Parts: sequence; C-alpha cells; structure tokens
Amino acid sequence: MDRLPRETGEPPKVHYLNADYGIRSWLLTTDHKRIGILYLISITVFFAIGGLMAVLIRMELATPEGDLFQSDMYNRLFTMHGIMMIFYFLIPSIPAVLGNFLIPIMVGARDLAFPRLNLLSWYIFNIAGVFTIWALVHGGVDTGWTFYTPYSTRYSNTHVVATGLGIFIAGFSSILTGLNFVVTIHRMRAPGLTWFRLPLFVWSLYATSLIIILGTPVLAVTVLLLAAERVFGIGIFDPSLGGDPLLFQHLFWFYSHPAVYIMVLPAMGVVSEIVPAFARKKIFGYRFIAYSSVALAVLGFLVWAHHMFVAGMSIYAAAVFSALSMLVAVPSAIKVFNWTATLYQGAISWETPMLYALGFIGLFTMGGLTGVMLATLGIDVHVHDTYFIIAHFHYIMVGGAIMGYLGGLHYWWPKITGKLYPRFWSRISAMVIFIGFNVTFFPQFILGYLGMPRRYHVYPPEFQVLNVMSSAGATILGVGYLIPLIYFIWSMRYGPHASSNPWGVVGLEWETTSPPPTENFETTPVVTRGPYEYTHAEETAGAR
Amino acid sequence: MFENAPLFPQRASEIARQVDHLFFFALGGAAFFSILIAGLIFYLGIRYRRRNPDDVGRPPAAHSNATNVLEATWSLVPLALLMFLFVWGARVYFAIARPPAGAAEMSVVGKQWMWKIQHPEGNSEINELHVPVGRPIKLTLTSEDVIHSFSLPEFRIKTDVLPGRYSTLWFQADRIGEYRLFCTQYCGAEHSRMTGRVFVMKPNDYQAWLAGERRGRAPAESGASLFVSRACNTCHRSDTAARAPILAGLIGRRVALQGGRSVVADEGYVRESIMDPQAKIVAGYQPIMPTFKGQLSEEDLLQLIDYVKTLKASGGS
Repeated sequence: MDRLPRETGEPPKVHYLNADYGIRSWLLTTDHKRIGILYLISITVFFAIGGLMAVLIRMELATPEGDLFQSDMYNRLFTMHGIMMIFYFLIPSIPAVLGNFLIPIMVGARDLAFPRLNLLSWYIFNIAGVFTIWALVHGGVDTGWTFYTPYSTRYSNTHVVATGLGIFIAGFSSILTGLNFVVTIHRMRAPGLTWFRLPLFVWSLYATSLIIILGTPVLAVTVLLLAAERVFGIGIFDPSLGGDPLLFQHLFWFYSHPAVYIMVLPAMGVVSEIVPAFARKKIFGYRFIAYSSVALAVLGFLVWAHHMFVAGMSIYAAAVFSALSMLVAVPSAIKVFNWTATLYQGAISWETPMLYALGFIGLFTMGGLTGVMLATLGIDVHVHDTYFIIAHFHYIMVGGAIMGYLGGLHYWWPKITGKLYPRFWSRISAMVIFIGFNVTFFPQFILGYLGMPRRYHVYPPEFQVLNVMSSAGATILGVGYLIPLIYFIWSMRYGPHASSNPWGVVGLEWETTSPPPTENFETTPVVTRGPYEYTHAEETAGAR
Repeated sequence: MFENAPLFPQRASEIARQVDHLFFFALGGAAFFSILIAGLIFYLGIRYRRRNPDDVGRPPAAHSNATNVLEATWSLVPLALLMFLFVWGARVYFAIARPPAGAAEMSVVGKQWMWKIQHPEGNSEINELHVPVGRPIKLTLTSEDVIHSFSLPEFRIKTDVLPGRYSTLWFQADRIGEYRLFCTQYCGAEHSRMTGRVFVMKPNDYQAWLAGERRGRAPAESGASLFVSRACNTCHRSDTAARAPILAGLIGRRVALQGGRSVVADEGYVRESIMDPQAKIVAGYQPIMPTFKGQLSEEDLLQLIDYVKTLKASGGS
C-alpha cells in the first residue's frame, strides 16, 4: 500500500465507536452515526439477497430454454430481486447510511433533530424486511415489483399481501428519515452556515427528503387499496368488479417514478462532493447544481405516465407527459456539464472514490440519454417492456445509484471507521465493477431493440449470444462487488488508522477526528465560507 | 457467430422505417453527448492530473458573464434538441395510433396464455396471424383475464391489451415473411410462452389460405344470431316503434346523451352499452335495458359488435 504519510494518523482516545460497548449500546443507540452503521448492515444483507436473485436470473438466462427453474420459480426470482433491490436497498442506501452519518456533521450539529425517531425508523425498516423475507421463505410472490392489477389482486396465488404490507411498513421508515433530514437541515445548521454554504450533498438529500415525504404516502394508499381488493373483493382496480386497472398504474407510478429520483439524487449529491474533493477545486456552478436538484424533485412528480404510453391512455395525455419527461433531461444535463467543467484547471487525483464518481458520470449519462429515447413517444412504443428498458434503468440505478453509493462509502469510510482500506484493491474493484456493469447491461439495449420482452423465462434462440454476454458480465460484476466487501471487513480490523483528513480536502466532516466523537465536534463550528474553498484551505494549511 | 444472432431487427412496414429513423437520430445524439462527456473527462482528468500531493486547483472565476453564457448554452441547446425530438416522436406516435380508413378489421382476444385471432371471413387462429401484404390491418384487442400486451417487433408496434375494454393496433406489412409476436406485459406463469408468429402473404396466397383453412361462421353472422337469441331485436328494432335506439349506422356517429353530453360511438361504447347499459343513456330513451354482464363472452361481444357494424344507415336490416 503506497500512500501519503498524512493519510494515516493517531486515532482519538474516545470516539463514537468505543464510547460504549455491548450489543445494547448499539440496539438502543440514538447516535446518528451508529444508526447509520446499523442501516449499513441491514441494507448489505438485503443487497446480498437481491444480488443472489440476480445471479440465479442470469444463470437461467444463459440458455434459451427454461432448464434451471420452472417458470413459476423464475417469476418469483425477478419479482423478489426487484423488491429487495428497490425498496430495501436502493431507496434507503445513501440517505439512511451516508445521509444519517453525514448530515448532522455537515451542518455542524450534534445529532439529527429527532434521534429517537431515527432509531425507530431503523426498527420499522427491519420489521418491514421481516415481512418480505417471511413472504420469500413461504413461497414468494410472482407479480413483478410493479404489482399490476388485476393480476396481483385476482389471479396471483402467491404472498402479495404480506409483501405489500412489508413495503407499506418500509414506507414509514423512509418518511421518518426524510422528515428528520428536512427538520435538521432547516433548524440545526451551525452559525454562519447559510443555505448557499451547504455542501451539495445536503442539498440533494434535502430534495430527496421532500420527494420521500410527498410521494411515499401515495404508495401506502396504493398498497392498501390493492390489499382491500385482494382480501375483501372491493372493486377498485379489477374491471370485473367495476374497477379500473389503469388507475392502479397511475397511482403506482405516481410514487414509483419519483422513487427513481429518491435513488439517484443522493448519488448525485455524493458525486457533487467527490468531484471537487479530488479535483481540489471549488465546484463549477454551485447554485445551478443545487437548484437542479430541486428541479428534479419537482419535475419528477409530473412525468409518471411516461411508464404508460402503450397502456391505453389518451394519446394527447401521452404527448403532454412526453414533453414533460424531456424537461427532466435539462437539470440532469446541467449537473453533468457542471461536474465535467469542475475538472478544468483542477488538481485531479484518480483515487478510488474519484474513479467511482467519474464512472457514475459516464454511466448516468448513458442511462439519461437512453431515458430521453424512452421519453420519445415513437421510440417508446417499440422498446417499451423490452430489455431496452431493463438496460436503461439499470444504467440509472446500478450504474448511477450504486456507483454513487460505493463512491461515497469509499470516500467517507476513513471517517466512518477511522481506518484506511487498500488503495490498489479498491481501484481494481472500481474498474472491475465498471467493466462488469457494461458487459452485463450494454447487450441488453441491443436485445431490447431486437424486441426481446422483459420478464421472459424462456426466449427465442436467436437472442442467446447477447444473453450469454450479459450473464458473463454479471459474473464480473459480482466479483467486483465481493472485492470491496472483503477489504472493507479487512480494514475494520487490520487497516491503518486514518488521519482526520486523509484526502486533504475541505468540509466540516474532515475537521473533526476520524472517527468523530459522539458529539461530532468539541465546540460548535462557526462557518465563514462556502463548502469548496480550496485556496483558503491552502493558506490556512500554510499558516499552521 | 452472428448469423443466427442478429443485432438489428428486420423491418416489415413503413411505420417501422419511420421509427428506425427517429431512433437513429436519437442514437446519434446520445452517442455524440456520451463521447463528448467521456472524452472531456479523460482529457481534463489527464491534462490537469495532480502532479504534487499538495497541489490545489484554480478556482473558477467568480460569477462572471462567461459562466452564465456557459450555463445557458448547456441548458438551452439540449432543451432545443429535446423539444425537436419530442415533436418528431409525437408525430410518429400519432401515426402509429391512428389507423387509416379502409383497413381490414380483425379481432384479438388474449387469455392466459394464448392469443385467439378472428378474421371477418370466419377463419380463426391461435397464436398465428395471417395477413395480406400491402393492406392496412386494424386489430381490435381485448383480454379475458389479466393485462397482456400485443407486440410485433418487426413492425415496431405494441399495445397493452386490457380486460374490460378495447385497444386498437394497426399495421401495414410491406414485406412478405414470417415475423414474431410476443406478449410483453407480464401475465403470469407462462408469460414467456405467450408468443406467436405473423405470416405476411401475397394477396392471392392469403385468399387461398382463407379458403383452405377450415372456416367457421363469419363473426358478424354469429353476432346476428346472438342478436336474435339474446332478444336484443325485440327493443332495438329498425322501425319507429323501437323502445331502444336504432343501431343502423351507429359506429362512428355522434350520439347525443341524456344530460346534454355526447359521445362518438365506437367499439368501446357499444361494449359498455351492452355490459353496463346505465352508464350512458341516449337522449330520449328510458334506462330500461338489462345488463349482459357475465352472460356474454368477450368473443360474443366482438361478434355482436361486428354485427352492429354491418347495419348500414340507409335501408337497415
């Protein structure tokens, strides 16, 4: 491990990790940093379950025939993969782990506004997970994560209600976290920390929290209506009971489209921290990036019906939703261009977090541009519900959200644990994941334009070559995810101690010790400048 | 390696050509911006790489005019391109959605897990669709159970097929051949086996196929029988003593409803009027018709509608 001498340092004698010992001190903690770690453990377990499903799916799809599972089993696998990854990994990932850990520190506070509510939200999240895992163990659910009616309310004889209840409960955990963030950001900023001195990570999580608070109740209502129809036969969505199946799709996507921004906005926030840090340069267009987060949160609520262009809605309504969906690309483009412009005249180091962040920019750009194609009505008709869609949203969610999450984890790991991880292996992991991801998902764009439908257990033999490529890529991607798991665990025990500021960057979180004390700062910091002022950093460093 | 593994789908209609052109334009734009961003990242990342561990970047000039020009450029140029793409995409979509006049009409019923196709001549087929080349075909589709989706990738079209309502899909094949049919809306255990074939034939061959297949009754004839056996004809008569609206020339006509609203009668309107007669009452009539919900199959309904279509305004039947 080659590294700069100042990356290592002596750990503080007392910090939040050793301030208290024993299982009780963790399960009853109200320290936002410890709760962040509890979330990290929970979502890693859920990610492993969802990832195992993905492995099995890709194994089955290596051949056109259904030779590994029965169709019933295959349908349960892709359903559970989607539910685990979306509701139990992607949605909580950056907010509940990194947001929990960092927001109070970044605003110079001692904790979140409601520490006990924060702990409650973790318990609610795990109870929700138990429901879903119960459903999984007792035979699973086969509706797809979208639960389209009337299949889910009348025809499926799997555990729809138990799974739905899990999602319903998980929603409350999201709402509590979102509420906690909004109140904290409004009320608990340190003296001098004005809105435009906030790190962009805080801005993006603020926008995310607004979506969570406004959108999640709609999901809750939708799940309740679904259960009412399935259990009590109340006709809401089933046409044979006088209901309207399109109503379900409108309600479902009214939450589930903004949910995409719940997943990707936090990743954008992480990238907005990493890029200026490793360019050691003030971010370009701070206000444009901040406002574009808010614009995405607002526009995200106005485009849901672009999931329904072939569902049988009015063609004029479709035109309106197509135009609005196009507008989403503008704030996204603003962010990408501003990050790129930040590199100009920077002092760029290709450290591991930067590799992840730059990988994010590339993959998110491709995901966004294929999203523009899908917003184009004439193209969407052909590629809707094909592998083109699958490839597109994996570019956003895996290439975007997970690259952002891993980048953030690598960036703040020394702060969270006080330990360093091996530079060589971590850079290898970033590259293996980037390559594995593209080999997995790029062929799926081609498959989709060829017409291969999604959720197909068996498929025509002419699609096999591309499917084998995709499965091979998934193997590489899987290895890429295992490498960080190994060296992160290694580093907790054997990693060298990190200094308080191992990357040599600015930001309130780097002014406290690694790991921070329970109260985050010995004295409340007073903020006198914006978040990415590197020339000042150099002057003060010289003065010291 | 790729002889049996194509990278681009065949094209069997003029609409497919239009969709491909639109796609190529969007793809070109996407490739341009992807390469631009990737190129800039690599160029700037190497050009401004950190040479000394203590190096610090040069901060951007404080909010200058040049910054604003830059921000405006990379907001407004994409916006203009996006709006151009939107308009083009909407035009193609409208062309896909609107069947031309004079199309040959066929009906499709989807059920777990098969497609049943009914030709007006009386032929019906399962998971196969024979059509003549060069003639617009309009499909009226419905489902007996869950939502399905009728996807024809070589024609670049699809539509969801819902229970309790009608979807329409039209295409005009311009190449003889055999093409794929997929169900693209997840519909249960055997979703991935709900597939079929489209056979585009020379008009003569199509006529021969129609004659050679065992032909059932024409759907409109079956509809005429149902119209009598279900006693529709006791009220829906063509004379002035009718207690119910006269059905001759109904399809495509604007019907005045009670309460001052009006509706253009299409297949969906007729279906609703049979299944839920109280939903829309024609002005001047009493709500006396009983519902036929649960008594008629989707195929019966389509046959009745086909029969109603044969009732011409002049002369009647």
